[in-house]
Amino acid sequence: MKQFKGKVSITLRENILDVQGKTIEHALHSLNYNDLTHVRIGKYVEVLISAENTEIAQARLSEACNQLIANPIIEDYKIILEEIK
Amino acid sequence: MKFGIVVFPGSNCDHDAYYSVTGNLGYSAEYLWHKDTTIPKDIDCIILPGGFSYGDYLRCGAIARFSPLMNEVIKFANNGGYIIGICNGFQILTESGLLPGTLLRNENLKFICKDVFLKVENNSTPFTNKFKSDSIIRIPIAHGEGNYYADDSTVEKLENENQIVFRYTNEKGVADKSFNPNGSINNIAGIISSNGRILGMMPHPERYCDDLLGCSDGTSVFHSIANNFIK
Repeated sequence: MKQFKGKVSITLRENILDVQGKTIEHALHSLNYNDLTHVRIGKYVEVLISAENTEIAQARLSEACNQLIANPIIEDYKIILEEIK
Repeated sequence: MKFGIVVFPGSNCDHDAYYSVTGNLGYSAEYLWHKDTTIPKDIDCIILPGGFSYGDYLRCGAIARFSPLMNEVIKFANNGGYIIGICNGFQILTESGLLPGTLLRNENLKFICKDVFLKVENNSTPFTNKFKSDSIIRIPIAHGEGNYYADDSTVEKLENENQIVFRYTNEKGVADKSFNPNGSINNIAGIISSNGRILGMMPHPERYCDDLLGCSDGTSVFHSIANNFIK
């Protein structure tokens, strides 16, 4: 059995107004960071997974994201998996 | 007529709900602990109360949805049981998939605690049959994440099938953006399931069930529910 670290970043879907992101964008622009746009706020979750291989670890974590970690109605998530040697 | 009021760690409107339906309105009620694995046979309607179940960790209602009693609540719902989710209870109902859509952060990013006016858009539901049609009622809201969101086709279905039960308005019943406290789509404050047995609403009717508190507009919600059982 191998050990993996799963890193999940969750953001609101593109078509959903991210009011926190907008507020931060306005603040950045007031600091003259006018070249920084499309600010999106999200969540970051780390987990350890025991699995036989990367595919199984990926499938387990995706399933957990769909069921609990993210809300598919409003959120997208990205998973990065690293094997722990 | 007996209500079952679910108590999650972090629920804080459970006692208000109990006081309102028993002390004020004279029905019976009992608390149901979130770790229980059965719902007593004599419960006619379940109240999922307001509060901050599990500290609102991850998303409001996301953890409560997986508590042992919620499995029973979902079975109760699938058997046609009556459920009212208020505030955090509404959030738990959407997380459970018992009601469509979800609740986003308030558009102004603030926790809003104030009285609002609601129009009773549908008074032929088990939760609103004691209201006159198009009644305007005053009910408090107290939430940070009450901004109802669903995709276009879901909202269209809710509109077409009269599933929007309460809408934020002014005291004359005008539902435009200036009377929308949280950015909710189409000023939605409360919706009902397609079978008409599950109501979710962000405003707190249980907080206005006693004239001593300045308003008793919330009583008709609970009298309406009881009206389905007491003939």
